[in-house]
Amino acid sequence: MSNHGSHNAKPKDRTDQRAEVALGALASAVLLLIAFMIVFVFSKAWPSFAHNGLAWFGGGGNVDEQLSNIFNSPANPADYVYTMHAWPLLYATALITGVSLLLATTISLLSAMFIVEFAPDAMRRVLQPVVRLLAAVPSVIYGLIGVLVLVPFVGNQVITAGQKESVQYVIQLDGTSILVGILVLTVMITPIMVAIVTDALRAVPRSWTEGAAALGVNRWRALRTVGLRAARPAIVAAAVLATARALGEAIMLSMVSGSVAFAPNPLDGVTFFVEPARTLAATVVDNAEGLSVKPFGQTIYAFAAILLISSFFLSFAGWVARQSMRKYTLQAR
Amino acid sequence: MESLSPLDGESFDPMREPLAVAAQLPPPVRRIAVEEAPTIAQPTPRANGNLPPSTSPRPKLKRMPRTDTVPVERMRTEALSIAYGEKLAVNQVSLIVRQGEVLALIGPSGCGKTTLLRSLNRLVDLTASARRGGRILLDGEDVDLFDVTHLRRRVGMLFQQPNPFPMSIFDNVAYGLRERGSKKPSRRELEPAVVEALHRAGLFEEVKDNLDHPALALSGGQQQRLCIARSLAVRPEVLLLDEPCSALDPISTQVIEETIVSLRAEIAIVIVTHNLQQAQRVADHAAFMYLGDLIEYGEAEQVFGSPMAERTREYVSGGFG
Amino acid sequence: MSTHSHVPAPAPPVPPAPPRDISRGEDSWSLGDKIGVGMAWAAGILLCLVAGAIVLYMLVRGIQYLKFSELVSHPLPSLDQSNSGGFLDPIEGTIILTILGTAIAAPIGIGIAVWLSEYARPSWLARAVESGVEIVAGTPSIVLAIFGLLVFQQSFFGFLSFTAEGNAVFGRSFFTAGAMMSLIALPLIVGATREALHSIPSHVREASYALGKDRASTIRRVLLPASRRGIGTGITLGMGRIVGDTAIVVILLGASLQLQAENDVPVLGTLKGTGSTLTSYVYNNSPAGEGGAPQKAYAAAFVLLIIVIFLNFAIDLIARRKEPAWNR
Repeated sequence: MSNHGSHNAKPKDRTDQRAEVALGALASAVLLLIAFMIVFVFSKAWPSFAHNGLAWFGGGGNVDEQLSNIFNSPANPADYVYTMHAWPLLYATALITGVSLLLATTISLLSAMFIVEFAPDAMRRVLQPVVRLLAAVPSVIYGLIGVLVLVPFVGNQVITAGQKESVQYVIQLDGTSILVGILVLTVMITPIMVAIVTDALRAVPRSWTEGAAALGVNRWRALRTVGLRAARPAIVAAAVLATARALGEAIMLSMVSGSVAFAPNPLDGVTFFVEPARTLAATVVDNAEGLSVKPFGQTIYAFAAILLISSFFLSFAGWVARQSMRKYTLQAR
Repeated sequence: MESLSPLDGESFDPMREPLAVAAQLPPPVRRIAVEEAPTIAQPTPRANGNLPPSTSPRPKLKRMPRTDTVPVERMRTEALSIAYGEKLAVNQVSLIVRQGEVLALIGPSGCGKTTLLRSLNRLVDLTASARRGGRILLDGEDVDLFDVTHLRRRVGMLFQQPNPFPMSIFDNVAYGLRERGSKKPSRRELEPAVVEALHRAGLFEEVKDNLDHPALALSGGQQQRLCIARSLAVRPEVLLLDEPCSALDPISTQVIEETIVSLRAEIAIVIVTHNLQQAQRVADHAAFMYLGDLIEYGEAEQVFGSPMAERTREYVSGGFG
Repeated sequence: MSTHSHVPAPAPPVPPAPPRDISRGEDSWSLGDKIGVGMAWAAGILLCLVAGAIVLYMLVRGIQYLKFSELVSHPLPSLDQSNSGGFLDPIEGTIILTILGTAIAAPIGIGIAVWLSEYARPSWLARAVESGVEIVAGTPSIVLAIFGLLVFQQSFFGFLSFTAEGNAVFGRSFFTAGAMMSLIALPLIVGATREALHSIPSHVREASYALGKDRASTIRRVLLPASRRGIGTGITLGMGRIVGDTAIVVILLGASLQLQAENDVPVLGTLKGTGSTLTSYVYNNSPAGEGGAPQKAYAAAFVLLIIVIFLNFAIDLIARRKEPAWNR
């Protein structure tokens, strides 16, 4: 966004200078606060990484056990326990976020194309506010419906006794599962993407849509080839936003995806989908009471640090992707 | 109802006579060299103005000698009327588009010529408030009776502002060939058609090493020629040009005009233009429209040289526009 | 319209037509295209169905379980559903927290937006501030929550909450939660205000400067009033986000069922104290919390949903109000 200040003359008098300094100081203060937050979280998290090295990211052992060991560390700082192999949490986060993103992108692209081109007027008028409403529903309500409707449904109707038996020595199947987690998370992040992509498709220059039509290409093809292509930066932005939301979703997932740090095993076949898991964010929420115990708190901060790094990385990746699309999306005159 | 021209009392039907005449006589074989260019009537300075007489430029175009092919009727409109909501934009226009010649639609802004053009490939249908009356025939068939995408593959269009897609040059030209039907042609299969289209548009030499570069990086004139190539790739039978050179520099304009003329033997061409000199350079037939009505329609020499309607005479001599 | 087409006399002999690549019979909509359109329809219908299902289900459950008495009675700690009281305190908590968070975020957010839009010097600082706001927008609220805990448990901030003996600062109170809530509303307010300021054409500013007004008073007297719509939208969006957030509440509000004031000072006491909001109430009453009270959870969730819908409606109203007359 351009700013209108730079081309004007320097502020003339003291009130102007004071205003500028005051506002600038305010903005800088917020910036400092943010920088401080980042540094602080990392500094608190560092001991956990330092004590585990790269094994922090690896597997081995039960995360919940490790957490309680850390929590029960002896009072002597020299004897603090830090052992943590967070792979099941990382795996669960990547799995749930990734699959939800895939589903949500597909559904939102299709819905956006529907809204822009094929929907009858009545449906279009209904869908706009519907999408906005879905985006505004708090995550705890999604979680509530998930845990009171979907989880029992999965637990009673979908999971068979045979499946329960097959994994009974490893994990208990009670309906909280990655299946419900992915389903609800997809419903949560789709509306944001639909809104952004619909706006972008509407903004495709008429010259391109007319040009495609004049070549005898049918509406679907034109939308799919020219429309989506022109909207690519917006699609990337929407995906980044949706992923950020998905990564940070702690409350809903802690309600529906399971309260054990278990890594679902793909080799279990169909049972894989009904096994529980817990993401990084959900783990932080579930264990927030123990933050006062030093090594425990540091471990939790380590999880938060990973989340922070991921959101930085996401923003950066989105920026890079949008830059590389620049050369194809000069303004059509 | 007779279609009267809204002129002072004249009641001839500009439509019927040229048609009847043209239908019965074979058009002369024309071989126009530069030296024999028809002289255009000098505009008379207005009584109250200091309008200097404009020198009509000698056409620098060496027109391709006409072969023995007789222009063939490709499209015709029959009492075509188009309205946007309550406003009538085109009023009962009947004319014929022939392969082998260039038809120029001329007239002041707002006279309906662009609307008429866009109805020929049913692009007006994209506007929600548009309504059409009368008939449009392509090779004798009513265009409303077959699929609009088929129509648009046979009747191509070029727009005033070049509008290459945000893709590479190759992908732009291949677009119409790729996005139809269910099989996806491979690049190798498409290459000959793309190269040929670029040749016909006169762009190949300039881009042959850069076919994968983004099309938006080309200059304005090159982009417009790219759009020509894109339209030609699907082998249309009719090509509609909506003021294709108005946004371009004179050199590009000349190149495009030469391309247009070179295409007319195989493709029926209709060009809407504001530029009277351009119309005189490229047109074989001309249709003058004013406020939605077709005032005069006939051979270019006649319309520009000795127009029958008073309004035409005024327009062609620069009296208004 | 009459078609009086006088077809002219038969044309002269026709030369052979040029070869045509397209067969007339070929369908212009391939199978893949039809499947695509079908899937688009399916996606649109699915979206409607899911939304309808969620709203209807909450409506049904809410009406089923919500009793008016619950809106005005205090929650009581009790294992028995029937006398565990209502959720007046969580409602109060939601209102207090939303107002507090917005009150902190609005002036800061508007100030930052004005600075970015009208001053923005030096430019490296402006870019840094922009990135900072974006980072906050992308940070999960759970991370902000535990950061808040970290900060406010330092003894320096003991005045914001309860300090136990032995100088352990509790760090959880309306103040601390409100401070973090303001962070999640901040990017929305900054964004909406910047857009509103950006849409004011420069001739308005130039006119004001030409009249001799300096930049500060131009901002105060001309630009901010003109941006009221955008600012209102931003604030309402921020309020919506605060109302719906659970993570910060769960971690920073102390999870006491009733509002527990810290001392007897009228307003400040409550703000230094702990409490709960509708979101944390729903969370705690679901199987994920102490569980056992799904009816209360549904009722509270219904009230929460009504509030969110109302806020959404307000955003629509604000956005639809007539545009200022720059561009007419």
